[in-house]
Amino acid sequence: MATEPLPLQKTAAAAAVDIAPVPATSQTGRPLVRFDNVVKRYGDHVVLDGLDFSVRRGENVTLIGPSGSGKTTILRLLMTLEKVSDGVIWVDGDPLSHTRAPDGSLRPATEKHLRKARKKIGMVFQQFNLFPHMKVLQNITEAPVSVLGMGRDEAETRARELLDLVGLSGKTDAHPSQLSGGQQQRVAIARALAMQPEILLLDEVTSALDPELVAGVLELLSDIARNTDITMLCVTHEMNFARDVSETVLMFDAGRVIESGSPEKIFTDPAHERTREFLTAVL
Amino acid sequence: MNGFDWSAARDALPLVLEGFEVTLLATVLGTLVAAVLGLAIAIAGRAPSRFVTVPVRVVMEFIRSTPLLVQLVGAAALFTFVEPLTIGIVVLGIHYSTYTSEVYRAGIDGVPKGQWEACRALSLSPRRTWQAVILPQAVRNVLPALGNYAISMFKETPFLAVITVQEMVFEARKYGADHFAYTEAFTLAGLVFLVASYPTSLLMRKLEKRLGH
Repeated sequence: MATEPLPLQKTAAAAAVDIAPVPATSQTGRPLVRFDNVVKRYGDHVVLDGLDFSVRRGENVTLIGPSGSGKTTILRLLMTLEKVSDGVIWVDGDPLSHTRAPDGSLRPATEKHLRKARKKIGMVFQQFNLFPHMKVLQNITEAPVSVLGMGRDEAETRARELLDLVGLSGKTDAHPSQLSGGQQQRVAIARALAMQPEILLLDEVTSALDPELVAGVLELLSDIARNTDITMLCVTHEMNFARDVSETVLMFDAGRVIESGSPEKIFTDPAHERTREFLTAVL
Repeated sequence: MNGFDWSAARDALPLVLEGFEVTLLATVLGTLVAAVLGLAIAIAGRAPSRFVTVPVRVVMEFIRSTPLLVQLVGAAALFTFVEPLTIGIVVLGIHYSTYTSEVYRAGIDGVPKGQWEACRALSLSPRRTWQAVILPQAVRNVLPALGNYAISMFKETPFLAVITVQEMVFEARKYGADHFAYTEAFTLAGLVFLVASYPTSLLMRKLEKRLGH
């Protein structure tokens, strides 16, 4: 009888991904975010198919591509709202999607690991997701107080500064339902910034807004991109925003990066036929 | 034909009202037990481990598939050393908690998924997520439905008479038996139920309107 690999060994190897040690690049050269052969499946449907890309610290990256190309899934994986099916996501040299076992191998992350790891990352959602029963100020102070252990007074002072930054200093005592969509989204941005994230994920943040409110929110985000060293990953259909704010544009199609480069390059001289088609359709 | 004996009704009133106090006490405390325990069951039902969810479900099915009356008699037979009123309150509370837990479950399911995701994006602990974000919204949604169960429990308190709790209907029956004036005593008890529960249900409807955001 021919010897076959034991199925048990096979599964064990699959469960604990044997991965090469962290690349020994210098501190500055190390990417802040790195997707390493990331696969995301929902049942039989493959959304991300062996995705590789990395983002430097302080870089502003825009993800563009047709609907269903997996852009939002990337942000959701980074925010740990979803789990990878295969591959590893690295943040600042540490595995985000996995936990390092004592023997150096990587195992799927525990909830405890995720809770700690996701503190560096903030997210602004398409639908704002403010807490409707809390006033604006409390929406912003809740996490700094309960997660970062900040004193209430300090958290409120900082929240007022942030509200000032997003142009809503008069709305501290309003409830979200009393605000326009644009104002709610600006509160949501302030809420995310209050956690002092290193990485800010923006998921189609203007898609649910009335057209006349879009400009204000985009302007605010441009300001943040310019004046802070937060690393931003944006999924957007606003090509002007992608052009003005980001240093790198990643073009997605069918779960893969098919092209990446500076906005200038992508928007004026795309190398890929699929990018050309997409840009013609949206511009 | 026997007419309605007004003097008998007047005579029975103090006794019936005395029973009403017990009825009210059982309802208020029973509701409290049902509200707290129901919430605990609803949260336990969402536990990640089957070692928690399966036993909870089995016990709930058992309680919901047997009559309140049988549970009362059973509990009174088992715990002879406990006062009947205490048994009554606890059994009412546990019985109703199997229903209120469903109400809470619906309320929790009604909180949009985006709220959970916002909590994760802000790194809130599970405890803080429940306490500060999910439950305040869920409870707000289900308060009217919980109130309706309180009223319905109020009307089921006469079952407690079976285990010798001297609530309103117990007192009415006693008076009826002693003076052969069942019609008067029971009519009176019925009226007290009506007078107490109708305004409460009006109040609940108003509350429902005010909370509808």
